[in-house]
Amino acid sequence: MPSLLLSRRDLEFLLYEWLDVELLTKRPRHAEHSRETFDAVLDLAEQVATRDFAPHNKKADENEPTFDGTTVTLIPEVKKALDVFAQTGLIASGMDESVGGMQLPGVVAGACFAFFQAANVGSSSYPFLTIGNANLLMAHGTPEQVDTYVRPMVEGRFFGTMCLSEPQAGSSLADVTTRAVPQDDGSYRLFGNKMWISAGEHELSENIVHLVLAKIPGSPPGVKGISLFVVPKVVVETGERNDVVLAGLNHKMGYRGTTNTLLNFGEGVHTPGGQPGAVGFLVGEANRGLPYMFHMMNEARIGVGSGAMALGYTGYLKSLQYARERPQGRPVAAKDPSAPQVPIIAHADVKRMLLAQKCYVEGALALVLYCNRLLDDERTAETQEDREQAHLLLDTLTPIAKSWPSQWCLEANSLAIQVHGGYGYTREYDVEQHYRDNRLNPIHEGTHGIQGLDLLGRKVVMQGGQGLALLHRTISATAARASGDLADLGAQLQASADRVVEVTGQLWATGDPEVALANASVYLEAVGHVVVAWLWLEQLLAAEGRTGDFYDGKRVAGRFFFRYELPRTGPQLDLLASLDRTTLDVKQAWL
Amino acid sequence: MNIVVLVKQVPDTWAERKLDATDKTLDRASVDVVMNEIDEYAVEEALRIQADQGGEVTIVSMAPDRGVETIRKALSMGADKAVHLSDPALHGSDAVQTSYALAKVLGTLEYDLVIAGSEATDSRMAIMTPLLAERLGQPQLSGARKVTVDGGTVRIERQTDNGYDVVEASTPAIVSVVEKINEPRYPSFKGIMAAKKKPLTTLTLADAGIEADRVGLASAPSQVVEFSNKPPRQAGQIVKDEGDGGVKVAEYLASQKLV
Ligand SMILES: Cc1cc2nc3c(=O)[nH]c(=O)nc-3n(C[C@H](O)[C@H](O)[C@H](O)COP(=O)(O)OP(=O)(O)OC[C@H]3O[C@@H](n4cnc5c(N)ncnc54)[C@H](O)[C@@H]3O)c2cc1C
Repeated sequence: MPSLLLSRRDLEFLLYEWLDVELLTKRPRHAEHSRETFDAVLDLAEQVATRDFAPHNKKADENEPTFDGTTVTLIPEVKKALDVFAQTGLIASGMDESVGGMQLPGVVAGACFAFFQAANVGSSSYPFLTIGNANLLMAHGTPEQVDTYVRPMVEGRFFGTMCLSEPQAGSSLADVTTRAVPQDDGSYRLFGNKMWISAGEHELSENIVHLVLAKIPGSPPGVKGISLFVVPKVVVETGERNDVVLAGLNHKMGYRGTTNTLLNFGEGVHTPGGQPGAVGFLVGEANRGLPYMFHMMNEARIGVGSGAMALGYTGYLKSLQYARERPQGRPVAAKDPSAPQVPIIAHADVKRMLLAQKCYVEGALALVLYCNRLLDDERTAETQEDREQAHLLLDTLTPIAKSWPSQWCLEANSLAIQVHGGYGYTREYDVEQHYRDNRLNPIHEGTHGIQGLDLLGRKVVMQGGQGLALLHRTISATAARASGDLADLGAQLQASADRVVEVTGQLWATGDPEVALANASVYLEAVGHVVVAWLWLEQLLAAEGRTGDFYDGKRVAGRFFFRYELPRTGPQLDLLASLDRTTLDVKQAWL
Repeated sequence: MNIVVLVKQVPDTWAERKLDATDKTLDRASVDVVMNEIDEYAVEEALRIQADQGGEVTIVSMAPDRGVETIRKALSMGADKAVHLSDPALHGSDAVQTSYALAKVLGTLEYDLVIAGSEATDSRMAIMTPLLAERLGQPQLSGARKVTVDGGTVRIERQTDNGYDVVEASTPAIVSVVEKINEPRYPSFKGIMAAKKKPLTTLTLADAGIEADRVGLASAPSQVVEFSNKPPRQAGQIVKDEGDGGVKVAEYLASQKLV
């Protein structure tokens, strides 16, 4: 049966016909791979996701984790699925051979992981966090830390978390107050509270490896005084229970299969080594914690975009199937009331909702895969210059890769519900859960608003605006390749990209960051749409000269995006160019 | 204990399966193909016996070139090597001819056990292991839901309608398995990488000593003369519950021999 998680045909088009990922096998890191291994691991991911993750998605949603004061209980299917995930070796798919990894290109590993996010985003969070955690320690940890924590994570024995947020410090990490007090033996003791920690407590693994942001007393104020620590639930060297305890579980709208926790560090509930305080070990140098954490967060941000895409994608496929099967109403022109009803897919408005979903989810998949491909280039492109360019472009695109799918694939889920009519609003069908699950994505890993500030306040101005210039050059190169039937789209794209550069200049010409950044979210959305239009044109170029329903579907969805979506950016960019002060000037008392 | 597992590539169970209008053979080109599902259980069983007894597991498959995908899957589950019988002249061979060709290939191998799935989801004849046993003059243990090997003796539990029979034979023997027997493993990622390097021998008719006029559509003892598509599904029967709905449903199921 064709999968209702993701379209394998679309994945293959994007990976092989557009991104040409087979070329990556020429690079030494991936020399052991071939199209055959890529296909086999995609098969494996699709199968495990379908058989072991999708079936308990609803059950996990309906039976959220419980805490009896000592132990967190989850439905047993979660552990079973995660054991299979670990046994098949998927955790280490992209990692170095030196730790037992398979050195699969990130773009293929990302495609594989998307199947799990589509099947069961709650259960897939555990490996998601574990992989990110292991990658961070590989990059910045000591060889001992790699041996102690990464190897067991690769084997699926330990799981990982990322502990940044605190009750009083979410978006503003400068305000974290967790303290890390140095000890004579070189270790630290941590004291404080961490809020919202996903996978922070459970019985799914032997140990939980927390990566914790904290401040060493006497360090500079703000983000420059934040250090990163590895704090295991069980102290590996002694086997003692560390002084990290669950204060309580958060009860969420979605992602219910993932435990979400308030953790207390150093409250003396456990006394490893005979004293209170959570035993922690510094990662890298003191006060450089945030840049290290960004190693994990940048990958996690693309991963969040991927999760949003995957939820949108599966919702689209399910609503498409529903629309083909649900008879309702007759064609506008039909005169005979006794004629049989048509399936709702025959109605123009339903087709509009399906097309909108298609262009959001397939556009988002292209965006996520493109960014993963840049991650590969950043790591393994042949020349130093190519690697730097990939890094710069990826850095610029990251806030969009996180936010665009989070916004528009959520909208896709809303449309999937709409296509189902009243049935979509019930728990009989999957789409309402996808919507609830997906509603998290504009919030965590930096809210939508924070991503807007990151794009306009940092990314497009960094290094004298080189990131934006590179993005503009890259988009222009695509626009220039569009000729014949696609020439009009090339021209429309070029005009939009030029306008982004112009408006960015106008915003910063004021010299007043308050004015420039007042509508950063509008900027994020406008640039996001231009970027996705570019990736749609890329897809249409890859489909040029090819025939059949699949390629015709690409062409119509691409044109739909240019017709219905890209023009939205006109008024947005006009608003930005006008340096509108409404949001700055509105008095709090008026709201 | 050296084991040969017979593996067949079939159209995906969910795909719309069609016969080619020109020569009335199975249309393999236009559909997704997969490993015949029960064959995964056969591979799994062979790997379990191997883990216990040692020896080698060899995959044998007769299939067009594309069959390599299915063979690799069996190798990535953990089998050691494979033999792929592939020759355009085999196209259109029926079950009797296929058993002849497979018996020839088996004749080139040394084995204690041949394990196969009890039937294939495309042809559903469930006749390959009896045909092979006959041709090779070796005992057949069919429909196994459990296999135990003890020295030169193989014992199975044969699934029956009401329970099971215990049947045994001396090796070499041909065993067919049913889905109850185990839970097939997934190929692991390491297995996928390793499968690329495992020995895979491709044989043509000549390599296997198969006589060309004994295989292929032209000389097939059974021929598809005519076929038509299944009529569209009939409307179902609605049972109205007038207090006796349960009884009526039970009667219906009994009349269809479903309970
Ligand atoms: C289900 C779930 C899982 C999570 N998992 C983790 C995890 O594993 N680890 C972890 O560390 N954290 C995790 N988080 C925390 C998450 O990253 C934060 O919720 C998020 O960063 C926002 O912080 P906050 O909730 O304190 O909201 P606030 O920071 O209070 O933000 C509230 C609103 O104000 C806006 N805002 C705040 N500051 C500004 C500003 N300077 N300019 C403009 N607008 C602003 C925000 O955009 C937002 O709309 C998780 C959260 C949830 C809900």
